[in-house]
Amino acid sequence: MGKVLELRGVNFAYDSRLILKDINLEVDEGEFLAVIGPNGGGKTTLLRLILGFLEPVGGSIKVFDQAPSKARHLIGYVPQHGEFNKDFPVSALEVVLMGRLSTGSLFPRYLAEDYTAAYEAMNAVGVKKLADYRFGELSGGQKQRVLIARALAAKPQLLILDEPTSSVDNRVEQDIYELLSQLNKKVTIIMVSHDLGFVSSYVTKVACLNRNLLVHNTKEISQEVIADLYQSSVEMIKHQCLL
Amino acid sequence: MALGKYSFIQNAVMAGMLSSLACGITGTYVVVRRITFISGGIAHAVLGGMGIAYYLGVDPLVGAVVTALLSAILLGLVNLKAKQHEDTVIGALWAVGMAVGIIFMSMTPGYNVDLMSFLFGNILMVTGPALRILLLLDLIILLIVAVFYRQFLLVCFDEEYARLRGLPVDFLYILLLCLIALTVVILIKVVGLILVIALLTLPAAVAGLFTRNLRKMMGWAIVLGLLFTIVGLVISYNLNLPSGAMIIIIAGSSYLCALGIHKLYIFIECHKETGVRP
Repeated sequence: MGKVLELRGVNFAYDSRLILKDINLEVDEGEFLAVIGPNGGGKTTLLRLILGFLEPVGGSIKVFDQAPSKARHLIGYVPQHGEFNKDFPVSALEVVLMGRLSTGSLFPRYLAEDYTAAYEAMNAVGVKKLADYRFGELSGGQKQRVLIARALAAKPQLLILDEPTSSVDNRVEQDIYELLSQLNKKVTIIMVSHDLGFVSSYVTKVACLNRNLLVHNTKEISQEVIADLYQSSVEMIKHQCLL
Repeated sequence: MALGKYSFIQNAVMAGMLSSLACGITGTYVVVRRITFISGGIAHAVLGGMGIAYYLGVDPLVGAVVTALLSAILLGLVNLKAKQHEDTVIGALWAVGMAVGIIFMSMTPGYNVDLMSFLFGNILMVTGPALRILLLLDLIILLIVAVFYRQFLLVCFDEEYARLRGLPVDFLYILLLCLIALTVVILIKVVGLILVIALLTLPAAVAGLFTRNLRKMMGWAIVLGLLFTIVGLVISYNLNLPSGAMIIIIAGSSYLCALGIHKLYIFIECHKETGVRP
């Protein structure tokens, strides 16, 4: 199995404030990794490093054995759905089609194969019926699915999601994890999440991030270890507050 | 009405059509991307170029095109590379552009009748050659938007994702600002540089209330822009008032009405759904 992601001794700092310290992480093909941790623990920074929007201060990052910015075309990225302009006049289908644009899109129209890929992706996440709806009108869970479809339309080898279940209720949260674990049969997934609630039963690996990174294989760990993990992350928050 | 027999009226209507086309298309991007302030900065900086051109004895329209494009590129770079200074730079460009324009105009020998028409436009003074330049600028805008429609949509909707897909985001963003710059130049002929911003944003804003798709928003913005211009022109002609200002009054009051109707519509829809009587 090929290496999808490899981080070796990665440090990152904004000005003099150390955000990530000596991060080591490996993700193999077919894995489903959840990165959890408190707010301000560096989750978003880690994602931005993997996507090549930031450069590490020290250490090395390889995505599919390449520099992150070179491997972007292999990544399907799903941003948080709350950050979009609600009034933007764009349909769900148009959003999904955006996944078909790339550096080489010079012909000024989408081709039949682009529409096929877009509808396939929407079908796979169950939002085909919403194609003509305005994106801003959709519910949080629906928006999230449309954004996942956009990422899938690009036929990625790695799916990266930033807080896919933020601001959706528990039922929708579980639906989305269910969907991701279905998708995981075909694609490697890295997901950032604020909680461990439902995550543990779907993912293959959990990494707890709070400046340092601790990786656990979910198959190897029991409920007690997960409880411990929770504990330790809570303790780390307390520790930070004291500082 | 005997209006149509005068050639200056025909020219004015042509200018109205050409400017509505440009402001409907690029105004839509200004509204959805929320870059009204940048557009205002470009519009006002243009006076600097017009003043210099006037001083050098060149057609002020040429000066306007050059300054508008340079301002667009400068503000685009500031937005992309030094976002924290953007507000200040726009404000500075806005005022310094006008100051340069006024200084060069006052250094130009002779009486400056043109200053007012730069500032407030005069659609009734648009000449044949000017119309041809407007047509050319319109064609450039149409062609570029036709080619890059999908890319502009993605850059406006989700810039970060556009970067991830490998799109030349910096280039596209600056190109979009250049189109806005060309539109500003076209609109200066009609409503003058102070009032440009209203005609750029109001038709598109009204259209945006009632459409779900960027293409339709552009189409309706073009129609509305033309409607505002013609109605404003007719009223100003009959009441003998400045045409540019009247066009803006019409556009502004239409926007207010549209907002009211939109709110009412949402109110009724909500009550329909919940079954509560309004």
